[in-house]
Amino acid sequence: MESSAQTPSAFGVSPSSRLLASGLGWRRRGVNTMMTVLIAGAFVLAMIPLFSLVFEVAKRGIPGLSLEFFTEDARGVVGGGGASHAIMGTLIITGVASVISVPIGIMAAIYLNEYGTGRLRRALTFFVDVMTGIPSIVAGLFAYALFEIFFGPGIRLGVMGSVALSLLMIPIVIRSAEEVLKIVPNHLREASYALGTPKWKTITKVVLPTAFAGLVTGVMIAIARIVGETAPLLVTTGVVDSMNTDPFNGRMQNLAVYAYNEYRSPGVMKQAAYDKAWAAALTLIAIVMILNVAARLVYRRYKTEIR
Amino acid sequence: MLGSATKRAVPEEKKAEVTDSRAAGATSTEPVTKAAGRPAKTIETRGVNLFYGDFQAVEEVTMTIEPNKVTALIGSSGCGKTTFLRSLNRMHELTPGARVEGAVTLDGEDVYDSRVDPVAVRRLIGMVFQQPNPFPTMSIYDNVAAGLNLNSTKISKAQKDGVVERSLRGAHLWEEVKDRLDKPGGGLSGGQQQRLCIARAIAVEPEVLLMDEPCSALDPVATLAVEDLIGELKSRYTIVIVTHNMQQAARASDVTAFFNLDETGKPGHLVEMGPTEAIFTNPNEKETEDYVSGRFG
Repeated sequence: MESSAQTPSAFGVSPSSRLLASGLGWRRRGVNTMMTVLIAGAFVLAMIPLFSLVFEVAKRGIPGLSLEFFTEDARGVVGGGGASHAIMGTLIITGVASVISVPIGIMAAIYLNEYGTGRLRRALTFFVDVMTGIPSIVAGLFAYALFEIFFGPGIRLGVMGSVALSLLMIPIVIRSAEEVLKIVPNHLREASYALGTPKWKTITKVVLPTAFAGLVTGVMIAIARIVGETAPLLVTTGVVDSMNTDPFNGRMQNLAVYAYNEYRSPGVMKQAAYDKAWAAALTLIAIVMILNVAARLVYRRYKTEIR
Repeated sequence: MLGSATKRAVPEEKKAEVTDSRAAGATSTEPVTKAAGRPAKTIETRGVNLFYGDFQAVEEVTMTIEPNKVTALIGSSGCGKTTFLRSLNRMHELTPGARVEGAVTLDGEDVYDSRVDPVAVRRLIGMVFQQPNPFPTMSIYDNVAAGLNLNSTKISKAQKDGVVERSLRGAHLWEEVKDRLDKPGGGLSGGQQQRLCIARAIAVEPEVLLMDEPCSALDPVATLAVEDLIGELKSRYTIVIVTHNMQQAARASDVTAFFNLDETGKPGHLVEMGPTEAIFTNPNEKETEDYVSGRFG
């Protein structure tokens, strides 16, 4: 501490020995590098299953893809045919599930964030948390039991699958919508109130537009979550080979159940069936990826920079 | 008008009528003069006590805010000036647990009457906040027209254009933004944003304008622009402005009210109120004199 450094600095003044006392920090740099390597290694380790999965599905699924796969259904064919009915079915069932879940979910989030107080709010939050943990087969059985009351046993409808999926989707929509609504700064609401705007109008014309990008992202994430659910759809929408675009009338095939079915009962031409199962899985992954990319694009396009 | 506002439809219709007739008459060459039909009104408070839950923030304020004048509320931090200001247009009650006791009247009509819709009150008593808060999802045009749009006031596009232009001219912002009315409201400088918020507030033609430290987030040049604007606006509105800046109060106001706290934890109270000239040169209370001469604060 007493000895002063002998080398003069650029200003012609010797630097204080306190600055030099800690050395150039080689040990610290060493620890830094080691931690960086460890963390990067952990990341690579975590990515390996993901990439190997996508690689495998692509490798096995691509042979099953063909024009036929996308344009024809499996009605009356042995070994041939396609999965157009399954693709249509997935889109319709997921679409109807979204139509049910999105309004309910967003309105519940609005209630929880803008209106809710006290016990009802705490109870609702608790139940939403419980709902996020419902096993998907339970949701499916619930939907089946519900429709069985009105339509008798053995009923299978596309819309039943949508109801089951919306049970899984609603809590996700509520959670993410609530988070996004919380982020909308309060001073915007105050600015609206100060103009003499009623509360509900403040919500629909100021809060929701400001939160729009985040809400869309939340919905898309919820959709991506349910698009590949198999168990609830097995008990509600059934298995069918022909194209059905009416969710209120009869069984409807979907990609997840289709993949399961092709694998479980491949019929005479086993390899072709397995190929189609993998192709269906690949299509599902592609749908989820497209949704995620779309969600990001929407977010970037519509997000509002809040000062 | 306040007493009859049991349904929201009533004040909306009336407001639309008034805005219609005035907007129809406004042309782009008409100078910004005192508009007929909506004289600025007096606010009186009697024994107002303000609470956040059990904590009393403001104690027994009785004052008269005179029409067409700028009243400045000054005082040290935490003495309840902003809380009191927010109680005038029923924004205080938006805070959970907040409570108001006492009477606040707008030209004799009780603002806190149980039959009165707070929304109606806020249409007559507008507010500009410390941090400029233009709506980020709306263009400049839509921001100014927000008061009309959000209340679904039905006027034609031409009339709305007139209102927007008149308000922007009134806020001394028209020349700067007339070529980019469709650009987002957040893309302006701080001073411009605050003038945009003022334009937005006056577009709905309130009778009173409350301003909570409107210049504290602005640089001196922008501050001067806003103060000039306040000087012009008082011919049309009653203005109440909360400010930390004593020089600003001395420059820009006609009447000054000095609030103070005995000690932290105690409620703030009104110490003295009077013509600005008198308060700053020859106040009655020693507390006031100590504050304005900079001995504390």
